[in-house]
Amino acid sequence: MKKTLFSVALIASSFLSTANAADYTVDTSGAHASINFKIQHIGFSWLTGRFNKFDGSFSYDENNIEASKIVINIDTTSIDSNHAKRDKHIRTDDFLDTNKFATAKFVSTKVEDKGNGALSITGDLTLHGVTKSLVLDANKVGEGKDPWGGYRIGFSATTKITMKDFGIDSNFGDISFDLQIEGIRK
Amino acid sequence: MLKNTKLQFGLITKSFHWLSAITIFGLFALGYWMVDLDYYSQWYQTAPHWHESIGILLLIVTITRLVWRTFNIKPTALETHSIMVQRSSTIAHIILYFMLFLMMFSGYLIPTADDRVIAVFTWFDLPSLGELFTNQEDVAGVIHKYGAYSIITISILHALAALKHHFIDKDATLMRMIK
Repeated sequence: MKKTLFSVALIASSFLSTANAADYTVDTSGAHASINFKIQHIGFSWLTGRFNKFDGSFSYDENNIEASKIVINIDTTSIDSNHAKRDKHIRTDDFLDTNKFATAKFVSTKVEDKGNGALSITGDLTLHGVTKSLVLDANKVGEGKDPWGGYRIGFSATTKITMKDFGIDSNFGDISFDLQIEGIRK
Repeated sequence: MLKNTKLQFGLITKSFHWLSAITIFGLFALGYWMVDLDYYSQWYQTAPHWHESIGILLLIVTITRLVWRTFNIKPTALETHSIMVQRSSTIAHIILYFMLFLMMFSGYLIPTADDRVIAVFTWFDLPSLGELFTNQEDVAGVIHKYGAYSIITISILHALAALKHHFIDKDATLMRMIK
């Protein structure tokens, strides 16, 4: 009971301090969000894949963009490159080691307004047990009332990581990420 | 003498036995080696392809073998074998057959988890049954791995038991499977 009261108080205070900001849940239940990646196959082509299971939430305030925040949790076992044998391999300790590191997390630390709906989101990515700072280049795609009584906003973002930076020894080149994030206002 | 008699294993039964023995140990060695191959190894694609192809052929051979076993007389146990020896060897044989099918089925489920076929050399494609359960490739992979160590352990015990009969008990157990 005490714990509940405390968290209610905490939530209330966070509402008070960010009164103008709207909080959004990433629409993973309707699958209007995706975390896609691509990596070169021995330099000949791009191999694409995605993480099928993740969740997230963010706050966004048109008038105070730099106060925005986003958190994304990824279930690393849900990697899907459309090839069961390859996905099995990626889950082993040659790559993601999902038995030990079943989740990855991105937590924003700083959001810069680049104008015209462009954002530069700095944050900490925890992957394979290693936390590193990186920058997401994001663009607002659109926002407004949806036909079913809700309010939505959507962003598109890209970033790039190097496997070695996250303690993964197999080196197949940089991995580019392409995130599509639609949020439903809470 | 192709068929079994009350006293002897026939040539067909013996061929099934030794062909399976060589194949099982060969598949184990190939599998043990191939899972750690480097991506840039020239064997990276070929070794699993051969492992899968030979495994499916062994499945066909093993089914044929069981049919042959069913419709053939079985040589009676040697009189010198105690009831205990007879029972434990029967149990060991059942476990070996069970493990064989467990290995072949779990192996089949790994590459076919996403509807892909298994190409048995260039001869034919074995179709997928689709994804039968979630995380199929991982669960089947774990069963296949520990199943492999188990079947090899049981096979070695089976061989040691045969050698014990030959050298210590000095009975005809091993020779019946050779001569």
